[in-house]
Amino acid sequence: MIERRIAHRAQASTTPLAHAQARAPNRTGASTPLEADALTTDTRTTDTRTTDTSTPLPQTVPTDRPFARGLMPAPMPVQFLDDLGQRVQVFNDDYPEPSGEQLVAAYRAMVIGRRFDIQATALAKQGRLAVYPPSRGQEACQITSMLALSKDDWTFPTYRDSMALVTRGLDPVEVLTSPHGAAHCGYDPRASRTAPQCTPLATQLIHAVGFASGEQRKGRPTIAMAFVGDGATSEGDFHEALNFAAVFKAPVVFLVQNNRYAISVPLSKQTAAPSLGYKGIGYGIASEQVDGNDAMAMLAVLNKAVAHARSGQGPVLVEAHTYRLDAHTNADDATRYRDSAEVEEWGRRDPIARLEAWLRHQGLVDDAFVAAVAQQAEAFAADVRTRMSVDLPADPMSLFDNVFATPTPQLLEQRAMVQAELEAEEASR
Amino acid sequence: MTLTAAPDAGGTPGPAPAALQVTMSAAINRALRDAMTADADVVIFGEDVGTLGGVFRVTDGIARDFGEDRCFDTPLAEAGIVGYAVGMAMAGFRPVIEMQFDAFAYPAFEQIASHVAKMRNRTAGRVNLPIVIRVPFAGGIGGVEHHCDSSEAYYAHTPGLKVVTPATVEDAYTLMREAINDPDPVIFMEPKRLYWSKGFIPEAAAPAAAVPSSFGRAAVRREGTDVTLVAYGPSLDVAMEAAEAATDSGWSVEVVDLRTIVPFDDETVVASVRKTGRCVVVQEAQGFAGVGAEIAARVQERAFHSLHAPVLRVAGLDIPYPPPKLEHLHLPGVERVLDTIARLQWDDAADTRFVTSRSGDAV
Repeated sequence: MIERRIAHRAQASTTPLAHAQARAPNRTGASTPLEADALTTDTRTTDTRTTDTSTPLPQTVPTDRPFARGLMPAPMPVQFLDDLGQRVQVFNDDYPEPSGEQLVAAYRAMVIGRRFDIQATALAKQGRLAVYPPSRGQEACQITSMLALSKDDWTFPTYRDSMALVTRGLDPVEVLTSPHGAAHCGYDPRASRTAPQCTPLATQLIHAVGFASGEQRKGRPTIAMAFVGDGATSEGDFHEALNFAAVFKAPVVFLVQNNRYAISVPLSKQTAAPSLGYKGIGYGIASEQVDGNDAMAMLAVLNKAVAHARSGQGPVLVEAHTYRLDAHTNADDATRYRDSAEVEEWGRRDPIARLEAWLRHQGLVDDAFVAAVAQQAEAFAADVRTRMSVDLPADPMSLFDNVFATPTPQLLEQRAMVQAELEAEEASR
Repeated sequence: MTLTAAPDAGGTPGPAPAALQVTMSAAINRALRDAMTADADVVIFGEDVGTLGGVFRVTDGIARDFGEDRCFDTPLAEAGIVGYAVGMAMAGFRPVIEMQFDAFAYPAFEQIASHVAKMRNRTAGRVNLPIVIRVPFAGGIGGVEHHCDSSEAYYAHTPGLKVVTPATVEDAYTLMREAINDPDPVIFMEPKRLYWSKGFIPEAAAPAAAVPSSFGRAAVRREGTDVTLVAYGPSLDVAMEAAEAATDSGWSVEVVDLRTIVPFDDETVVASVRKTGRCVVVQEAQGFAGVGAEIAARVQERAFHSLHAPVLRVAGLDIPYPPPKLEHLHLPGVERVLDTIARLQWDDAADTRFVTSRSGDAV
């Protein structure tokens, strides 16, 4: 029945689609990356493009399964706002629209998050950070993934998810302590309910599964938000994590930020799947694909995914179609593998501008609010800049403190050796 | 597999025996049960460990007696099993997981080396991982390829892991209890050839606090005055037999059983070598870059002036594990140990076996 409804909408969409393309001045005749990634472009439904949110969305969610298409993701990324920030209806009628309050919070967090990311990139260029993997352009994914969680939930982030961690409320200096080089992880994972940012790709996903499963076994309502990029979906641990999660019905939301490149390797060389969202199906996991630069869509889908996981119905896989506007890290040269036209094209899908246009249209934000948020972001960045302008301490003896709970005799010998070397060095000064 | 009855358990009236005679497999089973009884957070999972009780029956009956929540089968994926244990430990459990065979643990190596071993260090002590990874290992049972690897050196070379290998049934029980109590990850390597060996364990379950501490404490299994044999796990029996046979040649041989490779007990090993003045390390694993090489180096660094001869090694050959019919040529046996003891410079003459035309006569 659902499929019929979609087919019906597809037939009705011919004219509105042409209309939509004509209204989007930034779109060339060639299909955009987002469209190219869709299963079939002719199923696109834009017939209900409207800015009238008073029209109730059809309630078609079957009660026995959380997502309208069962395990299947939508044939196109779910979208609420188009590139101009106008309300559209693209496979989104199964997802309640996020509240205005949540959207305003998302806007504020995206502005601050982007400013933080730009500041961290600058710190890397200045040598204050040894390395920084930026996420500019992925703000909607970074921010909504955190806003969809409760404070007791856990996240299992990658190295690129610093913006999400700052959004979560972690001290930005503690987040940057690792890229600064003073420690492997500058924050307290237990206090912040945030696992250490993980470097070996996809390996943390199975930790999220074990953790969420463990919480469930202990009768706690915690869920785990597990981050992964498009490249890491090729790793074995991604697949083992999905399988374990499904078998044990672990309350995990897997968020795939498909930013289209694994360092330099494009998605086309990573997978032959029509969408990374389809990778959940074979494991029995409810899956969805979303426009990852549409904060409203991201919130709507993640809100539901989190509720689904928390209700004990098992894991969810969400693919967010987004784009890494900057290079892989400050050590990478992205011009070697992609052209500027593509970057500019994605720059026009700016998640912040889209949400801001919508919020302004709805009267939820105004010039004064936008200016105040910008000021807040500047103050945030200034604080990070100031605090990162001094060398963060790194205690040499900490090398030996946490290899084991109790150091072995051999570690104590080596500790004494290093201590003596440092004392001799100190004395010779 | 059930616990072997005590010798007088056949209805004979009389005082209860203080100890049960069991196989090593049953001793580990008892240790798991006692630990699970003592601590509700101890859980077991892996491949075939539930209903079947493991291919070596080490977890026999545990799922039945403790329930599926405490002992369960997982999908067949070793990295997944170890990674799942990392998460479970972060949630407050003490997972005891099984890698079905030594070589089957290799898919999990990234999880073990990059996460299990490093989480405490990475998080400045805020997240510790009390995980026991059981690995049935080594050969001597006529196993086919991928079922007989000696993989202890990979783990011992990874900072952050404790590496334990029992050589006796008694130790199998106490070391497993101590491993489960340990706040840090333990690679618990079970010598397959010893699963059916017999020994005694306490009849009554010991409370967790009463488990004796033997991590980092090597055991002197036999006292002697002329030579120290250092062995562990699957090689202890060979060392003990060789020590006995050596008396025919007039050598009094001391045998040290490491029990734990990490932490390593320099003190006991070095004290023994200082006394005897000679040392041979016996290991079943291939010799090159192995645990025996580390022991030989440590002894020479710490007891050079007590040595009358270089520390020698008896090890497996530097070959991929052989097919069953050729296994006997690979495994260090009593004769190889005795031949090696014979080379310990008893007459203070140069050992010329390594002199080649290229190295000339510079002995």
